[in-house]
Amino acid sequence: MYAANYHKPSSLADAVAALASNEDAKVLAGGQTLLPTMKQHLAAPSDLVDIRGIDGMVGVSVDGDMLTIGAATTHAEVASSADVKAHIPALASLAEGIGDPAVRHMGTLGGSIANNDPAADYPSAVLGLGATVVTSKREIAADDFFDGMFATVLDEDEIITAVRFPKPAKAAYAKFPNPASRYAMAGVFVAQTGGGVRAAVTGAGSDGVFRHTGIEAALSSDFSPDAVDGVSVDAGDMLSDIHGDAAYRANLVKVMAKRAVAAAG
Amino acid sequence: MTNVSMTVNGKAVSRDIPDTTLLSDFLREELRLTGTHVGCDTSQCGACVVHVDGKAVKACTALAVSLEGAAVTTIEGIANGGLHPMQTAFNDHHGLQCGFCTPGMIMAGIDIVNRYKAQGRSLSEEAIRDELEGNICRCTGYHNIVKAIEDAAAKM
Amino acid sequence: MSDGIGARVKRKEDKRFITGKGKYTDDIRMENQAYAAFVRSPHAHAKVTGIDASAAEAMDGVIAVLNGAQLTGDGIGNIITGWAITSKDGSPMNIGAWSALATEKVRYVGDAVAVVIAETQAQARLAAEAVDVDYEELAPSVSTAKTLQDNQPLVHDEIANNLCFDWEIGDEAKTDAALSGAAHITEIELTNNRLSPNAMEPRAAIAVFDSAEDHYTLYTTSQNPHVARLVLSAFYNVAPEHKLRVIAPDVGGGFGSKIYIYPEEITCLWASMKTGRSVKWTADRSEAFMTDAHGRDHVTKARMGFDDTGKIVGFKVDTIANIGAYASLFATATPTYLYGTLLSGQYDIPAIYGNVKAVYTNTVPVDAYRGAGRPEATYLIERIVEKAAREMGRDVADLRRTNFIRAFPYQTQVLLAYDSGDFDTVLDMAQKAADVAGFPARKAEAASRGKLRGLGYSCFIEACGLAPSAAAGSLGAGVGLWESAEVRVNPVGTIEILTGTHSHGQGHETTFCQLASDRFGIPVENVSIVHGDTDKVQFGMGTYGSRSGPVGMSAVMKALDKVEAKVKKIVAHSLEASEDDIVIEGGEAKVAGTDKKMAWHEIGLAAYMAHNLPEGMEPGLKETSFFDPVNFSFPSGTFICEVEVDPETGVTQIVQFVAADDFGTIINPMIVEGQVHGGVTQGIGQALLEGVVYDDEGQLLTGSYMDYTMPRADDVPSYVIGHGCTPSPNNPLGLKGCGEAGAIGAPPAVINAIVDAIGTENIEMPATPQRVWAAIQATQMPVAAE
Repeated sequence: MYAANYHKPSSLADAVAALASNEDAKVLAGGQTLLPTMKQHLAAPSDLVDIRGIDGMVGVSVDGDMLTIGAATTHAEVASSADVKAHIPALASLAEGIGDPAVRHMGTLGGSIANNDPAADYPSAVLGLGATVVTSKREIAADDFFDGMFATVLDEDEIITAVRFPKPAKAAYAKFPNPASRYAMAGVFVAQTGGGVRAAVTGAGSDGVFRHTGIEAALSSDFSPDAVDGVSVDAGDMLSDIHGDAAYRANLVKVMAKRAVAAAG
Repeated sequence: MTNVSMTVNGKAVSRDIPDTTLLSDFLREELRLTGTHVGCDTSQCGACVVHVDGKAVKACTALAVSLEGAAVTTIEGIANGGLHPMQTAFNDHHGLQCGFCTPGMIMAGIDIVNRYKAQGRSLSEEAIRDELEGNICRCTGYHNIVKAIEDAAAKM
Repeated sequence: MSDGIGARVKRKEDKRFITGKGKYTDDIRMENQAYAAFVRSPHAHAKVTGIDASAAEAMDGVIAVLNGAQLTGDGIGNIITGWAITSKDGSPMNIGAWSALATEKVRYVGDAVAVVIAETQAQARLAAEAVDVDYEELAPSVSTAKTLQDNQPLVHDEIANNLCFDWEIGDEAKTDAALSGAAHITEIELTNNRLSPNAMEPRAAIAVFDSAEDHYTLYTTSQNPHVARLVLSAFYNVAPEHKLRVIAPDVGGGFGSKIYIYPEEITCLWASMKTGRSVKWTADRSEAFMTDAHGRDHVTKARMGFDDTGKIVGFKVDTIANIGAYASLFATATPTYLYGTLLSGQYDIPAIYGNVKAVYTNTVPVDAYRGAGRPEATYLIERIVEKAAREMGRDVADLRRTNFIRAFPYQTQVLLAYDSGDFDTVLDMAQKAADVAGFPARKAEAASRGKLRGLGYSCFIEACGLAPSAAAGSLGAGVGLWESAEVRVNPVGTIEILTGTHSHGQGHETTFCQLASDRFGIPVENVSIVHGDTDKVQFGMGTYGSRSGPVGMSAVMKALDKVEAKVKKIVAHSLEASEDDIVIEGGEAKVAGTDKKMAWHEIGLAAYMAHNLPEGMEPGLKETSFFDPVNFSFPSGTFICEVEVDPETGVTQIVQFVAADDFGTIINPMIVEGQVHGGVTQGIGQALLEGVVYDDEGQLLTGSYMDYTMPRADDVPSYVIGHGCTPSPNNPLGLKGCGEAGAIGAPPAVINAIVDAIGTENIEMPATPQRVWAAIQATQMPVAAE
């Protein structure tokens, strides 16, 4: 990879300062996507600001019906957290299915959603649960956070510190993995929340994670797998590549939605 | 260049290295611990799996400088003189052919068994196959690797 | 003897691998070592109009930037292909020039045009990016099916229609006549997908030039170091053989891809001389996908005719075989003598005709990959027989039995004469193990869960241990196909076996030792193997084509015969007995019917002390043999695969895989079964998961594990293995070879099972979820969806 300077600030303020003072700096959280990208010379940040040394960035806490997960909490920590399993088991199970065990030991929630890879799992949970992204500057509702493939509304010098997930009545995630990369080719997170039924789709959409209003409408009146049968998923909104064309992905979205609903019980 | 100090296989080591040195390069080129192999550049094959503070990590996807103070264990450090039960099981069950993926498989296998034991979960064949998602072998067809991990789990 | 032939001896070589002490090429570091990085074409087809290395040369750590004009100027020869094929009109094959570093034109994405030598690998790679190459892009020819067409761009300007050769085998007139009289004709069109071998250890080389001795040493990831030395010396003019040592240390898998002598090794040797530095190059996986020779890549149309009893009367095959941009070492042999000669399968077919057109495209060279030609033949035969059975309403196993060859030797219509086999017994064994009788109940149970179950057969035969050398030579082979061995009994009685084969995972350090252990009754620990170093081993052809057993071990057996004969003479002389009465067992030589004996170490000592040898006998106990088999060996088998398809997603799960084989004699069942597990998994990979994809511009879309699907542990089941045994009559052990059978036999078993499950006529490999789902949609919607 190209040369870069490594920083490991111990405070959020220092981390923000390091980002602000280096134009091509990037946040390093788990590094499980950023480092492979750098190895392939597809990214060349001048500086890496490692946020894992900042107090309060790791861990799970519960306050009433609100689950807060620090941005630098690893997938393995989320998957095995008793609090996550008790409050939002769908989130623990989603985390258990990200990458492989070694990746889960390093990869983080914040890293996953900040990168907003169109095939990543976490964005669907953040959107599907109507979570709130807490940053060094503000709080951002999930519906406002994601901004198309690999894009979010985060400023260059803005760092995610935590995500707050409201406890849903029911939720589940079903993923169809890409046979090669094992990233999601279609992942659907469905939830019955205080704000109604939400269904977020990752891996399939041509513009990154999105809520499928048709599925949400159908499930709002009847939260059952069969309710999805009548929904039309527009292949025109889907990605197409050597692993699956748009029609196939549209089919997978429906099938995964049904399986998620079934799993949610 | 940044100075990094860590413990590798129980020994304190300290080196001045470029900031972007991967742990795999640090182990192979700086410490000459060449049992940790590199089989891909997209963090998928798992030939480079080592343990960092007791957990399986892909050494090709971690910066050495980020591991200041960490305890790293490689294939060369899992047994003192003898063989770890996982190593014995790989020999007993013919869990390796060319040997290239083997260090990563053994390190991943130990991590799997440790985690399942810590969580009080039983380790089925299906679970082992699922847990090996991040380790690719081209020779064995996994059949004997799965058997070796099952056997070692009973002995660890 | 527990360590002898047939024993499940645990591998002696494992200890270094399980402790991280294996020594692979990239683990070696030389004094004064510099690193090479190649400047590679980003275009599939382009003229090279200029190379400006000035920026790169000025970068930190850069020692030299070298190009193809310099390389050819120094007399380095073009890369050769090892088998001359004659077209059916009698004309020689058309070979396009291949320089290790391209000069005027680049012909595939990844074709190297220059090399940077620098102090570190990182510096070399950065500088390689800074070499400014001017390309004049040309339209590429990428499609196997289309590259012969008149309007296609020419990969090599001088080769019309991109045709390397147009070869035939069998009798066309006889086959046409047979087909015209057939009661039923089955036709099929299929592709054999293109694969990337993906040995887990990427290729690597370290070249060390000693200017004082004008001597080169090459450490390299090779399956056949002696062949590498021969070719590097005789054709690439690197150095005379006695000034070139090739060492293949531990090699992390090969599957064919490490047979070849690639541009990188040639360039590193030359660059070491140019720079006076040891030059090391290690591929990363992306480079491996781009530059390692790929495998398979056929497009085939075929017709098979049957009489009204289901007997095959004729088989006619028309294949286009893509060899990529340049003809690699075995690229011309693979789609001809390793493919066309296997078109009879396990069946008595009275008339066969095969036509193979080998074609150039702007893609990386395609060459032998595990199975090499035989998987292509097996896939074609076992798919068309399956399709025929369905068309004729016959039981798929019964139709196969109707056509099995039962008398051996059997002369096929396509050159080969099968020496042995018992196809009925092996099929019976497989059907029993697979509980075929219980399949309908399992299918019904799966249907109750909304899943589609299918059962697929593959009855295959292959040819291993290419031979004999004279016959191969008459067909165009550029090398002999024998193997050599030396057995050295040391004065203390321990034994070293030197072999020209080279293990890259096959366990030779154990199985070859079992031969000596079996012969003399000494522990396997007291025997070791020497291989992989041209300075140590006399000569050899290396390890490929499942030849190490049938050919390499046979050479060892012949050398053991000579040692045994000499031992008997020494013992008879020492104990004043007749040679005929000497029996060697349990680590001793005894005089039958007496209590007179010599311990094994005493015999070794006697041979080297030479105080009391028979008159005229030379001292020492070391014998050499060269074994040239009289025929190929013919492993065969029946695989039965059972799948369950999820119609909603198209996902195919292999719920059972039975592999019943006939490898003749088995030296170590543990290792043989391991070869089957691995081979079958590669076959399943080809059938379900793997496929190299180039786009229309010749860009490689499957350039990493993100897009090229490798079989993982959860893609495959645990296997059920069974062994039949008809020993080969053509080598001393009765071995047939086992390395490739799995990859040869598995793909049609899997595809036939899917076809059975979903009720479609055909499905192309890899049968990805998307393809299977689309096929199911098509069967459910006979009227077009539009």
